[in-house]
Amino acid sequence: MKKLSARRRHPLAALVVLLFALAATGGLYAALAPAGEAQADASETSIAVEEGKKLYLVGCATCHGSEGQGTSDGPSLVGVGAAAVDFQVATGRMPLQQPGPQAPEKPVVYTEDQIAQLAAYVASLGPGPAIPAEEEYDPQAGDPAVGGELFRLNCSQCHNFTGQGGALTDGKYAPDLTDVDPRFVYEAMLTGPQAMPAFPDTVLSPENKRDIIAWLDAVNTEKAPNPGGFQLGGYGPVSEGLFAWTFGIGALIAAAVWIGAHTAKAKKS
Amino acid sequence: MSSQTEHHNDVSGGPDTPLMKTEQAPATVAEHPFADPGLPEHQPRRQDIDERAAKRSERMVTLLFLTSILATVGFIVAFALIPVDEIVHIWPFGHVSALNFALGLTLGTALFCVGAGAVHWARTLMSDAEVPEERHAVGAPEPVKEDVLTEFRAGVRESGIGLGRRKLMRNTMIGAVGLVPLSGVVLLRDLGPAPGDKLFHTAWAEGVRIVNQNTGEPLRPEDITVGSLVQAAPATIDHHDEDFHAQIAKAAVMLVRIEPEDIKDPRSAEWGHEGILCYSKICTHIGCPATLYEQQTHHALCPCHQSTFDLADGARVLFGPAGHPLPQLRIGKDEEGYLVALADFEQPPGPSFWERG
Repeated sequence: MKKLSARRRHPLAALVVLLFALAATGGLYAALAPAGEAQADASETSIAVEEGKKLYLVGCATCHGSEGQGTSDGPSLVGVGAAAVDFQVATGRMPLQQPGPQAPEKPVVYTEDQIAQLAAYVASLGPGPAIPAEEEYDPQAGDPAVGGELFRLNCSQCHNFTGQGGALTDGKYAPDLTDVDPRFVYEAMLTGPQAMPAFPDTVLSPENKRDIIAWLDAVNTEKAPNPGGFQLGGYGPVSEGLFAWTFGIGALIAAAVWIGAHTAKAKKS
Repeated sequence: MSSQTEHHNDVSGGPDTPLMKTEQAPATVAEHPFADPGLPEHQPRRQDIDERAAKRSERMVTLLFLTSILATVGFIVAFALIPVDEIVHIWPFGHVSALNFALGLTLGTALFCVGAGAVHWARTLMSDAEVPEERHAVGAPEPVKEDVLTEFRAGVRESGIGLGRRKLMRNTMIGAVGLVPLSGVVLLRDLGPAPGDKLFHTAWAEGVRIVNQNTGEPLRPEDITVGSLVQAAPATIDHHDEDFHAQIAKAAVMLVRIEPEDIKDPRSAEWGHEGILCYSKICTHIGCPATLYEQQTHHALCPCHQSTFDLADGARVLFGPAGHPLPQLRIGKDEEGYLVALADFEQPPGPSFWERG
């Protein structure tokens, strides 16, 4: 003890004390903090709305307002519908981690039941698109050939020809669509999240949306066949030519230099 | 081996070797402050002095050529046996065509082994003695020159071109040969005719319905929600038309709906219909489709050179090389409730040109 007190004026003493204090506070909080809220039974819509409102007031109201009317920090949620909530929350985009040009995809915070409750509450604020049924976005039911044409007309300008994504202005971007759940692709087209324009059913019919999903399933999943090998981003001949000219010809020059630099003489100079 | 060594002694024995025995050489050496050191002493390779190493090289080259032969056989077998639509997973390439992969691998191996075998052969087994070669005169030797000129003169004499006889024939030949390029000059006419005022007019006109390119159906105002984007074309052109591409290249438009209070340019709002604005989607820089629409900021971006247009402010250029705003189409509603154009574009759509001013 005497040894310890003798070092109390050491320059690093304050830092050590601070670390101990932080560790103790954190440990106590972890031990004593209340356990996660009990799961509500969402079988009845009114209960779901009720529970969703509680979740909403805790997690969303700061930016979107206590009644979903929107504030200077977040848009109004009246009329965005359950599909928008399902897209934003089930892909982890909401709740927003920090303000920025665009909400990125990140680990999902809420459970599936909680997301359904939030969606039910926001849907109760005003009529909007509902979460699509599974057969509406089943890639097997769509026509990928039609989907390809529609994708090139409506989507490829931002998401690239086979959905690899691309840059927009001021740090915004169109995300890569590789292996995105068809439900989220459908909801994104329906609701137009963030910078993306919406493609309502009056503009792009539900069948057409399913065709686009079939096209993405055919060309842009981990399992999608790519007969030529490396895709190089799917940008076409420009990136392929660049690769051949820099890496292909570069490798040939390096090989030629290597052959020239290694003498076959018995006595190495 | 022995002949090689003799040869090497011949060429690299120092400054007095036959190398230097040209006409000017003695003078140059005398004037030059530094003596020519000549070629460095020839160094033998391991294969030159060790018969076992030479055998090893020979086996290696043979092995490379044999590998190439097997790879070529493999190419033919793969071509015959592997179905064209078979997809296999090969790390790190992913799901690739089995046939493409096998053909590329075998042909690549066959070519590489021929090259590697040839290089290895040349480096380790072929003679590597340094052999200088003098440059020779460029012109032909005098007797040859004389012969050729004599023959040429005889030819001229016999043909009668230069002697004043058969002048008409000679002149017509010159005329015929001289006129041949005229055919090429005449073909240049196909670069025209000049476009006239075609660039100023498009398929849009008063009363032409606006067709959704996804469905092929004419659009109603209620189809277009705030924040949505619609790619559209005039109802009067059909993709079976002979000049469809020439027409759509000028007439392609996009429609967006913006909350009326967000529209900054009053004339733009007036030319729209209930907040629905219809703009040419052809970038005014060099004509790419500028349809990267960000619905929150109302900016449309061109993917080619990042020209950015503010669709809420009359498509004003915010950034990039575009010289003027995207032309806006004046739209309204016909008796049946469909969106129609009220006039053609006021400004010609697309990139600038001389006559545009």
